[in-house]
Amino acid sequence: MNTEVVLLVEDLRTYFNTDDGIVKAVDGISFQLHKGETLGLVGESGCGKSVSCLSVMKLIPSPPGRIMSGRAMLQGKNILDYPVDKIRQIRGQKISMIFQDPMTSLNPFLRISTQMIETIRLHQGLDKMQAQDKAIDMLRLVGIPNPSKRVADYPHQFSGGMRQRVMIAMALSCNPEVLIADEPSTALDVTIQAQILEIIKNLSVEFGTAVILITHDLGVVAGMCDNICVMYAGKIVEKAKVDDLYQDPKHPYTQGLIKSVPRLDKPGKQRLYSIEGQPPNLINLPDVCTFHPRCDRAMDICRQKYPPDITVDGRSVRCWLYKEEK
Amino acid sequence: MATDNTLVQVKNLKMHFPIEEGLLFRRVVGAIRAVDGINFSICKGETMGLVGESGCGKSTTARCIAQLHKPTGGEVLFEGNDLCKASKQELLKARMDMQMVFQDPYASLNPRMTAGAIIGEPLLIYSKRGILNYSRKDIQKRVEELMEKVGLSRYFMNRYPHEFSGGQRQRIGVARALALNPKLILADEPISALDVSIQSQILNLLNDLQEEFNLTYLFIAHDLAVIEHISNRVAVMYLGVVVEIADSKVLYKKPMHPYTKALLSAVPIPDPVVERQRKRIILEGDVPSPDKERVGCYFYDRCPNAMPDKCKNNIPQLREVEENHEVACFLYFDP
Repeated sequence: MNTEVVLLVEDLRTYFNTDDGIVKAVDGISFQLHKGETLGLVGESGCGKSVSCLSVMKLIPSPPGRIMSGRAMLQGKNILDYPVDKIRQIRGQKISMIFQDPMTSLNPFLRISTQMIETIRLHQGLDKMQAQDKAIDMLRLVGIPNPSKRVADYPHQFSGGMRQRVMIAMALSCNPEVLIADEPSTALDVTIQAQILEIIKNLSVEFGTAVILITHDLGVVAGMCDNICVMYAGKIVEKAKVDDLYQDPKHPYTQGLIKSVPRLDKPGKQRLYSIEGQPPNLINLPDVCTFHPRCDRAMDICRQKYPPDITVDGRSVRCWLYKEEK
Repeated sequence: MATDNTLVQVKNLKMHFPIEEGLLFRRVVGAIRAVDGINFSICKGETMGLVGESGCGKSTTARCIAQLHKPTGGEVLFEGNDLCKASKQELLKARMDMQMVFQDPYASLNPRMTAGAIIGEPLLIYSKRGILNYSRKDIQKRVEELMEKVGLSRYFMNRYPHEFSGGQRQRIGVARALALNPKLILADEPISALDVSIQSQILNLLNDLQEEFNLTYLFIAHDLAVIEHISNRVAVMYLGVVVEIADSKVLYKKPMHPYTKALLSAVPIPDPVVERQRKRIILEGDVPSPDKERVGCYFYDRCPNAMPDKCKNNIPQLREVEENHEVACFLYFDP
């Protein structure tokens, strides 16, 4: 794999001020994204997957949200320091995003052509006709039949899967370095999900785009990603290569997650493993291991201190069960 | 097909929703054929899984069985009585034995009622109508009992739905469904709105309750792995018709209908090694709109094995091809 780091996120913290206290939605996460790599961010709802990516693009509404600290280095420059007009040049051109619900992320009043041409002209300085041609090319790439005619349609004339294709075409139209896909297939049916994931996979290889795939579905990341970060309550609890993670999960939360999903290839009526309890409320969390109330291997130290980042077998885990290799 | 053991039998069930046009004088210009003639039966004590993509008529089927929609055709036999022709009083009695659990635990609980009131409401309604005889005290006792059964503390009785998490709310929904001691529970995507770690809790709960109360489930989901885990038999729906019914083990080992095959191959498996070796059947295109009457196989437009001479102008009916394995596809028999 190419080792050039495209995006480096370090110690990112995004807090939200609410009436009840401070919500530490993202609390000190760090990760690297290499050229051409697909990185999976996995976790349950409210664990900070989306907020961490929105923070990188500076799309967090402020107030109430605030990026407290951290750096996001895109090609050597910290984009979190950029003023609004400069970050606008980055969005869509260097980093683009696909959202979960393709209906709410397209403007229902504008034709697909208008929406696509706007992005392409803004970032690539093409004239209207060239931009239109480019838009049609992109639509053809994502497998929309009869693109030269469909480009003039409105979003409601497309089905859910087709809309998500339009979103992908739009996101990739400026050849971004990084594509953030925030639950791109969650709102879709399984057969359509397979189509969409296939497109993202093929196009990211074709364009050499690095992809951050946010999802809660462990099956989706298994087939798509090279590396995986598992998030829990605003922190990355485990970072590993995809094969390692599934073969030998280290963190008790990851172990529980993998065991609790029923699997098609291993049928049987045995009882499912389940992680008891529920994810913690993120308001005013104490600085201890956030998973200890649900962990069946919790120790005294887990209730007193948050575990540091420990490297075991070449990957990082945040759990007191492991000791740093000397 | 109907034996003594059959609890529900659905015969040629049809639910067509009218499409209307015109402002003042509304006239019917067409119909959405949400359910277009399906047949299956559910035996006592089993879990029947109903699986398919969105818009294929799974939920409409469940709602037709509970008579929340009046079907436009066909019969729903519950313990031998046709519910479609039943009077209001008869329906009220039948629904005692037939309760629903809904998908969205946020929308299916009244935000102005306490958990205790929600769980006790079925008892209250049936007591008011004079079918059951529960006093206020009895209801409270029963509610406490139910809450403990589904894994909620009885001290939560006076809390409101917004004070509970998604998983806990779904437990309230399950407790409410259990209140009348039903025989059949129609579970309409009961876990798809929940987080992964909570899903397995609810699945286990449903399994335990089935054993304890000898319940029969009609379990609807779009997640095939979940259906496989919980069901004894599975019916696969596409565009308002059932294309395949089989024992769940058989269906997953040896799917016969091309749609079932594609559906199974599209499910991602949480194991990178397995995932890399799998061959996907990627279906072209989208599910067509169900607003047209069809003359050929419903899956014809997207089928990788379509045979123009047979499939285009004949509708395949479900037929038992192997023991306990029914398929509606001309690959296995001639029209």
